[in-house]
Amino acid sequence: MKLKTAMMGAAGIVALTAGGAVAQDMANEMTIVSWGGAYQASQDNAYFQPYLSDHSDVTIITDESSADAVARLRAMTEANNVTWDLVDVEAADSLRLCDEGLAMPIDHDAVLAAAPDGTSATEDFGPMIVSECFIPQIVFSTTFGYRTDMVPEGVDAPTDACAVFDLETYPGRRALNRRPVGNMEWALLCDGVPYEEVYETLETEEGLERAFAMLDTIKDQTIWWSAAAETPQLLADGEIFMGSTYNGRLFSAIAEQDQPIGMAWGYQMLDIDGWIVPAGLPEDRLARVMAFLNFATDTQRLADQAKYISYGPARASSAPMVGTHETLGIEMAPHMPTDPANMTGAFVTNYLWWADYRDEIDARFQAWLAQ
Amino acid sequence: MALPTYASPLQRIWYYTFRVICGIIFFYLMFPILVIIPLSFNAQDFFTFTPEMLALDPAGFSLKHYEDFFTNSDWQQATRNSLTIAPMATLISVSLGTLAAIGLSQSHVPFKRAIMAILISPMIVPLIISAAGMYFFFSAIGLQGTYWGVVLAHAILGIPFVIITVTATMVGFDRSLTRAAASMGAGPVKTFFKVQLPLILPGVISGSLFAFITSFDEVVVVIFVGSAAQQTLPWQMFIGLREQISPTILAVATLMVGLSILLLATLEMLRRRNEKMRGMSPA
Amino acid sequence: MTTTDLEADAVRGGEPLKRSLARALRRQKMRALLLIAPLLIFIFVGFLMPIVSMLTRSVENNIVQDTLPQTVAALQDWDIDSEDLPPEAVFRAMAADLQIAIPDRTALQVARRMNFEAAGWTTMMRRALRAVPDWDLETDGPFRERFLDLHRDWGSLETWRALKAYSSEYTTGYYLAAVDRTMVSGHVEPLPDNQSLHLMLFWRTAWMSGLICFLALLLGYPVAFLLANIKERHANLLLILVLLPFWTSLLVRTSSWKVLLQDQGVVNQFLVWIGLVADDNRLTMINNKFGVIVAMTQILLPFMILPLYSVMKTIPPSYVRAAKSLGATDWTAFWRVYFPQSVPGIGAGAILVFIMAVGYYITPELVGGPSGMFISNRIAHQWYVSGNWGLVGALGTILLLAVLVLYWVYDKVVGIDNVKLG
Repeated sequence: MKLKTAMMGAAGIVALTAGGAVAQDMANEMTIVSWGGAYQASQDNAYFQPYLSDHSDVTIITDESSADAVARLRAMTEANNVTWDLVDVEAADSLRLCDEGLAMPIDHDAVLAAAPDGTSATEDFGPMIVSECFIPQIVFSTTFGYRTDMVPEGVDAPTDACAVFDLETYPGRRALNRRPVGNMEWALLCDGVPYEEVYETLETEEGLERAFAMLDTIKDQTIWWSAAAETPQLLADGEIFMGSTYNGRLFSAIAEQDQPIGMAWGYQMLDIDGWIVPAGLPEDRLARVMAFLNFATDTQRLADQAKYISYGPARASSAPMVGTHETLGIEMAPHMPTDPANMTGAFVTNYLWWADYRDEIDARFQAWLAQ
Repeated sequence: MALPTYASPLQRIWYYTFRVICGIIFFYLMFPILVIIPLSFNAQDFFTFTPEMLALDPAGFSLKHYEDFFTNSDWQQATRNSLTIAPMATLISVSLGTLAAIGLSQSHVPFKRAIMAILISPMIVPLIISAAGMYFFFSAIGLQGTYWGVVLAHAILGIPFVIITVTATMVGFDRSLTRAAASMGAGPVKTFFKVQLPLILPGVISGSLFAFITSFDEVVVVIFVGSAAQQTLPWQMFIGLREQISPTILAVATLMVGLSILLLATLEMLRRRNEKMRGMSPA
Repeated sequence: MTTTDLEADAVRGGEPLKRSLARALRRQKMRALLLIAPLLIFIFVGFLMPIVSMLTRSVENNIVQDTLPQTVAALQDWDIDSEDLPPEAVFRAMAADLQIAIPDRTALQVARRMNFEAAGWTTMMRRALRAVPDWDLETDGPFRERFLDLHRDWGSLETWRALKAYSSEYTTGYYLAAVDRTMVSGHVEPLPDNQSLHLMLFWRTAWMSGLICFLALLLGYPVAFLLANIKERHANLLLILVLLPFWTSLLVRTSSWKVLLQDQGVVNQFLVWIGLVADDNRLTMINNKFGVIVAMTQILLPFMILPLYSVMKTIPPSYVRAAKSLGATDWTAFWRVYFPQSVPGIGAGAILVFIMAVGYYITPELVGGPSGMFISNRIAHQWYVSGNWGLVGALGTILLLAVLVLYWVYDKVVGIDNVKLG
């Protein structure tokens, strides 16, 4: 019976593949969670690959879940089964995770390498260490990119975030982050609230309503993204006129992929991003992570990352080493959010405030979004 | 439904209109599947037809998205994961499912309806609920984020299909054959492998194809029960679609359509064979 | 045990035939159950139990009592309708509880739980986090003023009413939240409009699934009719056009709809090309309800056509011919004779499509945007962003109950053992 032979063959294949799958042992695996796209690629180039070439016994598994990291870690801890070893999060999230006991406190000077000139890690990172669990990596900003060929004739190209609310001058669809951080600040700033009063205003019910009212004006023209790579893609496809994302993603689209995209730096939201180690890792996994962290956050590696993406390294000692793009050879400094030309009108995200208010405003924001 | 020669003009018009309507509906069913095939050969990184493609200019087409699929380590790992998870899940659901289906088709089974309802429930319960439930449970027994966790979860999802297809073939199964085998001195095990299994084999195989495609296509449960090390093809596609990363997805989609055609052809072949065999059996 | 054995038994005698038959039947039952048992246990342990245990999270609430035992006890004597803040003893108990909870890192967990009911708790608690551990319980009172200095909401009646209302070991709170109600004031009342969305989402899921089901019937009926009434050779060929989409990955079909429907997508491109739509005024067909309905109807259409076809195949053409020969018009013959016989197929297809549609997650997630979101997407969001497992359990229970009722109806109408595939 031919069918039977076929069945036997199929069973054989099953047994073989299963055997192969079981053979992949988990002994030296390290799961690193990051943001995907161009950013994760820069980490791969600057940290992962160099580390792996020296440590052939280690396997790095990458997960692109940083945007959901807080809730995912809460679930893992609740289920008592933390499968992540190292997580890339924003400053505010690191504060929340640290306070909830989900991230491990770090002795920065013991774990991290000193600068080449001997400056201690704590001093080298300085104020970037926003919590005892946080190992800073980069300074980044959330900012706007727009399609240069879709700017209406006779109108100046947008220079700041407020153009996103100006449907009359700049018609077309927009893309905004599917979470409140950044959007709430822009809504208030562009509605005329002074810099220093933004967070104070957001603490009040009227302030919240005011921000939502401003966002309401563009709600039906907006695509809400949950992955930072979406905006560059939507811009490249011509699906939107203008959208927010992290500045490095826009840099990749403009400089590396040569897309007709311009930057509107005004009101860029500066923030810090870095690593946390989940609390309660077993000894062997912890040792593996710490060895990697020591390597991946040293002065050279942080400076190397700036060759691939336009984010400012968090170490003071790395800053002078920032040079040109690895393959394009262009100067990276003018594309950094911290470049003086880009800094005019920059807004510093209050991560402490967001750590306090995030859960509360998230609930309101999602309800508003669904209505 | 042939048009009789005496049909009135109105009947003629309706006859052709009806066929046109059906044609449009078939177009609606098929077009989304067919359209991605040419698009996957786009030389540009766009999801639309470029002017060069419409002009059938060879420069507008390329295999670069396929190249990307076959060289990108993420996609390759995802393919490997899918190909190691789905067969194992299929094996488990088919072996347990076939046994149960044989049990269910006996003449006196207490609580048959209730048992059936429970066994088919994984197909009915919204995936997000199954996934959330399995997450905590599989974590508690240490299977969350492991190969076997995903395999077992997928095996559960595939079981209803095996039960349905195998019990359907059992309905036409002539029980006197097992009795005949027994009277000639065959033990139950031998009877099963020599008599029963060959006859219900088409049902078992089509059930396993269903179970296979269920696992191969599943994305919600694997996201919850698996971890990054078990990232499957659909999971990778899901991430890609949310982020709109690249038209490589279309190349993968085209390959997966090819796989569906293959499965469908196998199933069709089985159906024909089954019909032939049924025709010969003394039912 | 086979008939031959039975007969041998009877002949060997001694035992009355009736009893030995009963024993044989028992054995047969046992054997059937033994064959089913492995799978039944597998499904029970790996599927039913996990779901039930997850759903019980919707009523569990011991975190409040476990973390703030002294405060909960002190609140016993405070009237929830009182217009005065709780007495100093309660504030002191809170300080004492927090001095244990903060080093244990459980303080924020309880705050997060309370935050699901009364937004603001995590904020208040995070302020307390940095100060309370340094207080001396003996000398630093009164604590009411101290808490009020940390954050004004510690002095709000709502805060304490909510805590008292949600302090019991089991709670209906998540179910109330699942239907846009709250009892933060101690009494059940509707949530303000800007915070309620679950009822709206349940309703949207229901009507959109209903519409999709109706559209699938509208499109599926003619196709099934055609398939059932042409030569079988042709029908088998055309059936492939139904089965191929059925066998094609859900993600493949969803991605192609994304490609087709976006602003710069194939459909808009075509409409612009034939001049029906201006280039700068393309139709918005994705990230809204329209996209979800178009895509899901296509995806679920085979589930309508296949049951319809299998019923229609069994309708003898002679009935319609008889009706016509008795003088019925084509329409009357169809409507009065053919259609009633196809109703079982409509029932089977419609319930199946509706059951599948209400639980859909992937397609609304990818082509729906916020306005095309289904209840499953909200459940996933509660999981991934808020980590509110109690609410996941409550929303899930309601959705599951709805599906089970439909499943039961399906069993009554079609019979579970009559489900067919392909």
